[in-house]
Amino acid sequence: MIAEIGLAVLWMAAALAALQLIAGIIALRPKGAQLGTLVRPVAVMQGVLVALAFAALVTLFLTTDLSVKLVADNSHSAKPFIFKLAGTWGNHEGSMLMWVTIMAVAGGIVALVEKRLREDTLIATLAGQAFVSLGFYAFLLLASNPFERLPEPAPEGAGLNPLLQDVGLAFHPPTLYVGYVGLSIAFSFAVGALVTRDVGPAFARAMRPWVLGAWIFLTLGITAGSYWAYYTLGWGGWWFWDPVENASLMPWLAATALLHSCSVLASRNALRAWTVMLGVVAFSMSMVGTFLVRSGILTSVHAFAVDPERGSFILALLAIYIGGALTLFGLRASTVTEGARFSFVSREAALVFNNVMLCGILGIVLLGTLYPLLTEAMGVKVSVGPPYFNPVSAIFAIPMMLVMAVGPLLRWRQDKAGRITWPVAIPALISAAVLLGIVLLAPRVSLLSALGLAIAPGLALASMMPLRGRKLRRTPLATWGMVVAHVGIAVALFGMASESAFSTEKLAAMNPGDSQQVGPWRVTLQGIAPVAGQNWTALDATVAASYDGGEPTMLHPQARTFANPPGNRTESALKTRWNGQLYTVLGEEGEDGRWQMRFWWKPFVPMIWYGGALIALGGLLALLGRVSSEVRRLVATGKIAYRRERQGR
Amino acid sequence: MSDPRDPAPKNPGTKKPGLAMWLPLGLFAAFFVLVIWGLVRPANREVESAFIGKPLPAFDLPPASDDRPGLNTTVFSGKPRLLNVFASWCVPCAVESPQLAALAQQGVEIDGVAIRDRKDDVARFLAQNGNPFARIGKDDLSKVQLAIGSSGVPETFVIDGKGVIRYQHIGDIRPEDVPLILRKLAEAGS
Repeated sequence: MIAEIGLAVLWMAAALAALQLIAGIIALRPKGAQLGTLVRPVAVMQGVLVALAFAALVTLFLTTDLSVKLVADNSHSAKPFIFKLAGTWGNHEGSMLMWVTIMAVAGGIVALVEKRLREDTLIATLAGQAFVSLGFYAFLLLASNPFERLPEPAPEGAGLNPLLQDVGLAFHPPTLYVGYVGLSIAFSFAVGALVTRDVGPAFARAMRPWVLGAWIFLTLGITAGSYWAYYTLGWGGWWFWDPVENASLMPWLAATALLHSCSVLASRNALRAWTVMLGVVAFSMSMVGTFLVRSGILTSVHAFAVDPERGSFILALLAIYIGGALTLFGLRASTVTEGARFSFVSREAALVFNNVMLCGILGIVLLGTLYPLLTEAMGVKVSVGPPYFNPVSAIFAIPMMLVMAVGPLLRWRQDKAGRITWPVAIPALISAAVLLGIVLLAPRVSLLSALGLAIAPGLALASMMPLRGRKLRRTPLATWGMVVAHVGIAVALFGMASESAFSTEKLAAMNPGDSQQVGPWRVTLQGIAPVAGQNWTALDATVAASYDGGEPTMLHPQARTFANPPGNRTESALKTRWNGQLYTVLGEEGEDGRWQMRFWWKPFVPMIWYGGALIALGGLLALLGRVSSEVRRLVATGKIAYRRERQGR
Repeated sequence: MSDPRDPAPKNPGTKKPGLAMWLPLGLFAAFFVLVIWGLVRPANREVESAFIGKPLPAFDLPPASDDRPGLNTTVFSGKPRLLNVFASWCVPCAVESPQLAALAQQGVEIDGVAIRDRKDDVARFLAQNGNPFARIGKDDLSKVQLAIGSSGVPETFVIDGKGVIRYQHIGDIRPEDVPLILRKLAEAGS
């Protein structure tokens, strides 16, 4: 019964999306203005109905209703509660339903709260949002119905991929999804503003909270995904430049650029065409990413949901939305005037420079990701990896970080470089001193790592400079957000550079009782014993690790075997200290009965993820700042309107 | 600036590079052509290498016929073996049976996994086409099939003496494929 209700509600929501699109189009014509009043309530209703459909699917998964095909294929009655819940979106159909749900709910919220944008631009935006949603509704209802029943209920479910049965991963895809889909709102705003030729500060202010929100989720999603790959794949690496990872990085890069150009447009009325372009590009990258992951067009170490036919469908949607938006851009962009101007030394100029660098990184990541396909078209099979990505992205990233240290100190419109000599000179001296120290004391550290280690402390200090001379309690939240996020970049950079410069690795075949030295750690394999969990069994190694001759800590790396469906997974064990992480992996048993063990000592590696968390926190502070000032403004205008009304009587 | 309907400030002297505005669309078109090519190119890469070099996942299947035992992972130790994924309802599986028989005659040990099958049907199939299998496991929900990266029937895997998948043959084994499979078995044994 729940499945049928879910399906019916989904169809109704799709019909409302169609209505929203048609009413929006008519309302934008000279004679159809009265239909415009329909668009907002329809958008809200559509959001409510889709949320109900999603709730229905969640219920089916939580109750493990095996008469529903999707549940039978992806769930199992013996799964822990949390993975039953995660099973809802841990598959193609469910994730697509989640996609439209987030999209429609976000559209409903825009319809409810957005009051400052010109009404026709808002209607065009909501119509655009409905247009994008309709494609996904069609995909869901015609090609991947999540509520399909089996002719007779399955005796038991098939289970969820063991690699995915991990708390971190249960919430990593939806986090990224919220980010991807949040960018669809930015896309709709950009399209709406292009349609009504209304690219200005009001549009940027309306779009900014959505971009910020999406960006926060993308940051968290990427950070969590990186940590997940680090500790479950058991390879000790934290970023592999795999197509799936690049697919999540590219929208983040575009969203970062969009966020910055959005704030220029909002406060300075400059960079109009550029902001609209980035609004389209950011969502394009979400769609391209989804397409690359789902179509299986590129070989990836973790392609879970590969299906070329679904890929074609997403590609068709991509062509319609992105091709359409870019055509509209080509037609309209020359009518979008340039906006306010600024001098070469100004905050705008620094932001433009950084946006160009971000787009440069985006370009090389996209090129690197597609390169194997490109050369295969010419008859050569290649794979592109860190030797390409690391140095080439550094060419853009290093100047970007230098300008990032300076930019926030500059004034809008016009400034004199001489004004900020000292706040720039001190961090620069610190960086130079660190670089010199590394060259003298650790000459074997690679150039890129050395630069990263040197830039990081300088950048962190420079990023805090905008706070100098301010009363900290009266500093706007948005400024705090910027400072925290920029410091987060410095922290993450330090972690990355330290990991690549100072990691030590040890592979050893060990008998119980054997010891090894890994960096400052003494590790001893004490024994191996079988253990059992709720739906897995494992070989569990007991490793005693002592840092620099201190008290030993017990670590338990495992090799887990899952029954439903059958599969194996290594479960690494980590010991985190303030200055780094010890990483232990239990490998296979060799022929001589010794166990393959792998150990890494990675100084300061957790800073990569602390940095990621700081960046997201910065975004959150900025978002809170924006939203609270917006709420205050709404309350104030509401009071004025109320008083006027009373005086009028 | 507060009224968005104001015409935007004019910047005398800035040219509007009309053509540059079409550049993004051009780049997107190039991307589109590339991925369309990627999607339609001959697909022989699909599952091919994904599971090669990986150990078989642990499984324990009940027997699919009355005169052969079921199949579990413990048998894959010692010398290299073939693992044949088949079904009585699959026509190419019947077509490849002479090749399997030939391989069995040369001393190759072959284990079978019957996909979504019934005992009676398996018995009839084996009576008609010969029985080259040492063991046959019954995989009713395609669990093992999916876990070893097989997406259809028939498929044949070369498993080495440590239970590691060394080669995957997709589709029926033609007479001309037999030498290749023997070579892969020899390589797996060395």
